[in-house]
Amino acid sequence: MLRSALSARNLLKLASLCAGLLPVLPVSGPAFANHESFAPARVVSINLCTDQMAMLLAGDSQLVSVSNLAADPAVSAMADEARRYTLNHGLAEEVFLMKPDLVLAGSYTTRETVNLLKRLGIPVAEFDPEASFEDVRENILRMGHLLGHEQAAGSLVAEMDETLAALTAAPASHETAALYFANGYTSGEGTLAGDLVARAGLENIGISAGIDGLGRLPLERLVMAAPDVIIGGGSGYDAPALAEASFAHPAFRAAAAKAELVDLPSRLTICGGPFNLAAVARLKHRAAAGGLPDKGDTASRFSDWELRSGNAP
Amino acid sequence: MTERRRYVFLLTGLSLLVAVLFMASLTVGPAGFGFRAALSGLFSHDAGAIALIMQEIRLPRALLGLTIGATLGLSGAVLQGYLRNPLAEPGLLGVTASASLGAVIAIYTGLSALFALALPVLALVFSFLSVVLVRFLAGGGARSLSIILAGVAVTSFAGAVTALALNLSPNPFAAMEIMFWMLGSLADRSMLQFWLAAPFMAFGWTLLFASARALDAMTIGHDAAQSLGISPKTTERLVIWGVATSVGAATAVSGAIGFVGLVVPHLLRPLVGALPSRLLPASALGGAAVLLAADVAVRLVAPERDLKIGVVTALIGAPFFLWLIFKTRRELI
Repeated sequence: MLRSALSARNLLKLASLCAGLLPVLPVSGPAFANHESFAPARVVSINLCTDQMAMLLAGDSQLVSVSNLAADPAVSAMADEARRYTLNHGLAEEVFLMKPDLVLAGSYTTRETVNLLKRLGIPVAEFDPEASFEDVRENILRMGHLLGHEQAAGSLVAEMDETLAALTAAPASHETAALYFANGYTSGEGTLAGDLVARAGLENIGISAGIDGLGRLPLERLVMAAPDVIIGGGSGYDAPALAEASFAHPAFRAAAAKAELVDLPSRLTICGGPFNLAAVARLKHRAAAGGLPDKGDTASRFSDWELRSGNAP
Repeated sequence: MTERRRYVFLLTGLSLLVAVLFMASLTVGPAGFGFRAALSGLFSHDAGAIALIMQEIRLPRALLGLTIGATLGLSGAVLQGYLRNPLAEPGLLGVTASASLGAVIAIYTGLSALFALALPVLALVFSFLSVVLVRFLAGGGARSLSIILAGVAVTSFAGAVTALALNLSPNPFAAMEIMFWMLGSLADRSMLQFWLAAPFMAFGWTLLFASARALDAMTIGHDAAQSLGISPKTTERLVIWGVATSVGAATAVSGAIGFVGLVVPHLLRPLVGALPSRLLPASALGGAAVLLAADVAVRLVAPERDLKIGVVTALIGAPFFLWLIFKTRRELI
């Protein structure tokens, strides 16, 4: 949801304000590390999404540090795991002092840090934010290759494919759905959250409203569209902010009363990983299990992602 | 007699303009239904989508545009008349920035969630403190330059503390809302916020209008005014409390909106003659018209972007003000 609150214009601001460890808009980016051929021994990750992929795939003591956002249950699906690592804040100085032989970064955030580390001769592997489940598969395989754990990555992807196939075997309901996050942001064409909604068999009204990437869905448009399902929820932070005010607006409440409201924690859709399948399962089985994924099906291995992190509902 | 007739014409014209812009504010929006549907939705009792949008989204927005614009125009006119300073305006004197700070403290500490009135009250307290502080810093003589300098200092201090408070919030969304508090917006307000702010604004207006006679008398000088039975203490209280209450409540729900209070009185002063008491109603209507127009423009230019209304008021207000300075250089000094 943090990701959904971003837009091109406040990107720079947020990047500088919270050390910018978040993934942003999808575009292509270059820069692979020089020595992908042999496994690095001291890996430092400075981006929420690479943090989670690295924690899934890295060997014992191979991963030295992850970003502080990885330990934040509001945005990270692996907050508990992350607490076992040293946390960094994406600053060049602290990362350099950890003497990494590979730094994992996102291709749109902490640009100054990445540039500085490259000038200091530290190999940096940059990962594009995922815009679809396909991108998630590719990034996981690439991460496995970089860390020298191709086999683990391959079997994780195979397992995810299998789970997704089982989840999408049931016919799509084609109900209309609106993703509605804090500040009235929604995910449209070319976003991971949008792709997951589509794979759960729902019609995303963000796409029919012509929203490309992340954009604001005006409250008026949400009320007019009268979707069957509203997928949303708060930012996951306790501290108050105006961003949450849209959920308390009488017009939103009236629209939500007529629709089925599904709380989808943003940590399941911000980054790519097996927890994405917990999101699909939750969307698919919302009616059957009162909004919670069905424990009995093939998704059970992944649905407990929601319970593992600190503030599961 | 002709001057009086011209004044009546002006007020009628401004009222019509405000009425037209109020209707425009009600009928322009991203949902895109027709004028007729909008009007029937406004008065319909069914719970349909259009009725919901009209009554819960557009009506509070238009009402807030009307009342906040009037507040800014009116308090700009009163401050310019009272301080006899052409640059006096709630924004430049630090009143809106301080009210923002009060509102930020009320909202982000969670106080306003416990007790809704905390929001306007805290904004009011901070705007009151800023007016008193500027008045004190500028000294009794209220010389032009020292008042503006004091206002600049208070504005940047309040702005810095606001930004600090939002940056320190454990919720990263708060930091992005700095923009709202510094530039203002009327998007997606609700009737609750209107009812929260309206009584304070109305109370502020009565105080400001009550100062009109004293402002007229003061144009002939402080001593002469006193000999006419005008108490400087009472006038000061009326102005300070009036501005603090109305601007504080307005800023608490809309954020700081600049330039309306500065430009509108200057625009209308040549049309109403020299008397401040005549400028007040005209400025209130003018301010409402400008803010309603700016809010419609925000929705037409970038409906999906939540463009902040302060951007539009400054984009239109600043060049206009420069032109005004150029035209009337001698009179302003």
